Amino acid sequence: MDNDEARMAAQLDLARQLVQQLEDGNSAGVDEVIRQLRLPYERELFDELGKLTRDLHEALNSFRGDSRLVELTRDEIPDAKERLNYVVSMTEQATHRTLNALDESMPIAESLHTRSLQLAEQWGRFRSRELSVDEFRELAREMDDFLAVSAQETEHLRSTMSEILMAQDYQDLTGQIIRRVIRLVQEVEENLVGLIRLSSARMEPVKAGKPAVAEELEAPDTKGHGPIVPNTQDVVADVVSGQDDVDALLSSLGF
Amino acid sequence: MKILIVDDFSTMRRIIKNLLRELGFNNTMEADDGSTALPMLKNGGFDFLVTDWNMPNMEGIALLKAVRADPMLKSLPVLMVTAEAKRDQIVEAAQAGVNGYIVKPFTAETLKEKIDKIFERIDAQG
Repeated sequence: MDNDEARMAAQLDLARQLVQQLEDGNSAGVDEVIRQLRLPYERELFDELGKLTRDLHEALNSFRGDSRLVELTRDEIPDAKERLNYVVSMTEQATHRTLNALDESMPIAESLHTRSLQLAEQWGRFRSRELSVDEFRELAREMDDFLAVSAQETEHLRSTMSEILMAQDYQDLTGQIIRRVIRLVQEVEENLVGLIRLSSARMEPVKAGKPAVAEELEAPDTKGHGPIVPNTQDVVADVVSGQDDVDALLSSLGF
Repeated sequence: MKILIVDDFSTMRRIIKNLLRELGFNNTMEADDGSTALPMLKNGGFDFLVTDWNMPNMEGIALLKAVRADPMLKSLPVLMVTAEAKRDQIVEAAQAGVNGYIVKPFTAETLKEKIDKIFERIDAQG
């Protein structure tokens, strides 16, 4: 308050001087008084400029220092692309595996269906005593044949169905990979938000904190990672190549 | 023989449930992660646990450790069926007392083989 009052008093004084100098027609004096009137505002401007420069300097430094963002752009984003490509090829494979099994099954089902219809018709004629002895012999032979074949073919169908069942494992495997990419996208988002906060710290001076670093991707090894994706950082890690490898490792541990 | 299947993907739970049924195990129940599985196990009645590793809230490895730490459950056979393929992880599961480890993708034969092996060993121990 006192400060403001003093400033007002000083300004009033300068204003009176300005009027005086104007009335006197002393242009050098007028200039001098106007310069003095402007002085406090100029100081404020320089202070503001200084603050801006300092903020910019800090923002640049912390951007340079945030290696996580660099890591994200250099390694994780290309990896994420590779992961999603792998998901596409896994789903493609699973669909082909399913469709192949269906292609194999449909003719079997159709042939069983047709033959059983034919036999049912013959059997109906036999029941209404319309068959000759020769025709009945033929029917009995066909029946024998059909029973043998259908046992075989239904077993075949059972195996194509279990093929279809196993092909569905892609949903779990690709799901785990996609969730990992989602976590990465979230992390990139948080980092970008952090950057924006840094650059807009002047407008919202609450905190210009360092961009957040998600812990999850750098978690210790006991954390689940999901499936190993070829052509990514995954393969750099010491991983097994399949069940045989797992069995060998476990047996070396005394299993 | 009552079996608990723990996996966060319902599709994988169905696959395992189907395979177990083909192997003659009809009495199965499901849980979507360790934290739902553990209370079910503690309520008793399960003879076998099949669990994934990578799950929200409570992962399979934590569930395995919790089972081994529980006096009532500590001898429950545990088969891990997971996509986790790091050697360190397999060693850790072994040290935590897993009875079998199957890496996804797996086949019906592998599942049968590992389950048979686990029971053979249990029978041999009396």
